Amino acid sequence: MSLSNQRPAGGFFARDRGWQPEALTPQYKTSVARSPSRALLSMPQTLSEITGPVFGHNMIGALDNDLILNFAKSGESAIGPRIIVYGRVLDESGRGVPNVLVEFWQANAGGRYRHAKEGYIAPLDPNFGGCGRCITGEDGSYEFRTVQPGPYPWPNRGNDWRPAHIHFSLFGQGFAQRLITQMYFEGDPMIWKCPIVDTVPHSDGIESLIALLDMDSTIPMDARAYKFDMVLRGKRSTLFENKLEGN
Amino acid sequence: MQSLNRLKESPSQTAGPYVHIGCVPNFCGIEGVYPEDLGTAMVNEKTKGERIRVSGTVYDGTGTPLKDAMIEIWQADADGLYPSPEEHRGTADPNFTGWGRKAGDYGTGEWIFETVKPGAVPFPDGRMMAPHITFWVVARGINIGLQTRMYFPDEADANAKDPILTRIEHQNRVPTLIAQKTGDGAYKFDIILQGENETVFFDV
Ligand SMILES: [Fe+2]
Repeated sequence: MSLSNQRPAGGFFARDRGWQPEALTPQYKTSVARSPSRALLSMPQTLSEITGPVFGHNMIGALDNDLILNFAKSGESAIGPRIIVYGRVLDESGRGVPNVLVEFWQANAGGRYRHAKEGYIAPLDPNFGGCGRCITGEDGSYEFRTVQPGPYPWPNRGNDWRPAHIHFSLFGQGFAQRLITQMYFEGDPMIWKCPIVDTVPHSDGIESLIALLDMDSTIPMDARAYKFDMVLRGKRSTLFENKLEGN
Repeated sequence: MQSLNRLKESPSQTAGPYVHIGCVPNFCGIEGVYPEDLGTAMVNEKTKGERIRVSGTVYDGTGTPLKDAMIEIWQADADGLYPSPEEHRGTADPNFTGWGRKAGDYGTGEWIFETVKPGAVPFPDGRMMAPHITFWVVARGINIGLQTRMYFPDEADANAKDPILTRIEHQNRVPTLIAQKTGDGAYKFDIILQGENETVFFDV
């Protein structure tokens, strides 16, 4: 048995490191001691990177994608502007990616996280936990309901505030597609003052993290809608892929 | 001219200090939303293979442990098969998830995985890679997840032929990818983000 081609089937497009944030971004002070100083070692993708875990739709509970209710006492609900966040997970070829585990977390409407290490004076909402998850459909679509998170101050420079944002974690089809990012809201002036947003080197990249208000998808008298698509690394086609001899 | 009509990957943003809320909510006290945190249990009593325990701590460039990191690992089963639809060589052990997720301890930063020793997996050219575990590290101050590999100290022959380890130009950095054996089936794999003994991280 021999292979005449070094390229594994089903690898991913090379990550565009010039498009992604650098590790060292001094305006975000914590990155200074936490950034590798040596070059990343390039390596071919192997089965260890092309494969990845699978999460079944049956794992998802009925309220997992409803942050307004999933931590609330019976008959109560979280406080804040009610919104629906929806969109698709695509790959760089524009195809919807099905079965992606999408996890999200956020501060409450006052900008306060439910976390032991959180010290902001804004109060906790007893009916808001701040986490949710879903799995994308066949076309890569996802949706969830929440309250719009508030901005919050954080210790970095003298007076830094995070724009309102929702954190997202994505599991694609291979471990090499693993991604964590954040969603911002259209029209928020805090976006352009934030040193964490500013780690994204291209303004087009920043724009791609800003969700648009979609009045057409808004539920009248109930919740506004924001559309937010996310893109995972593209999958290489298997054109001209040589097969194992004898197969 | 035509267009390739490609999209750009979404820019990564730091997982931040509160990654636990979204990824391991039970760990950080948000109970009752999910029955358990994903990635907590990789094995059950029927899993095939040698049980191992892998622990470690992530350190920053000043030698300070990170107490807010989240670590994910991905590995083959004891026979070297991945429990993934992209695995076409056979069917992996149904009692093994291959994937683990742990947050560092709030006090010490240490994380621990209970798993099995992975079998060898082939490199694209057919040579075997030494048994290894893929690591992905995120935390406050890390703008894009860092990927590395842990190899085993008791696989010296396989490590010496491993197609990834042998391609590292600075061979004096290879030990940063090899765990220490601390007991029977117990391994320690510390990850150094920056500085003299900086772990080799990969651009895959
Ligand atoms: Fe945040």
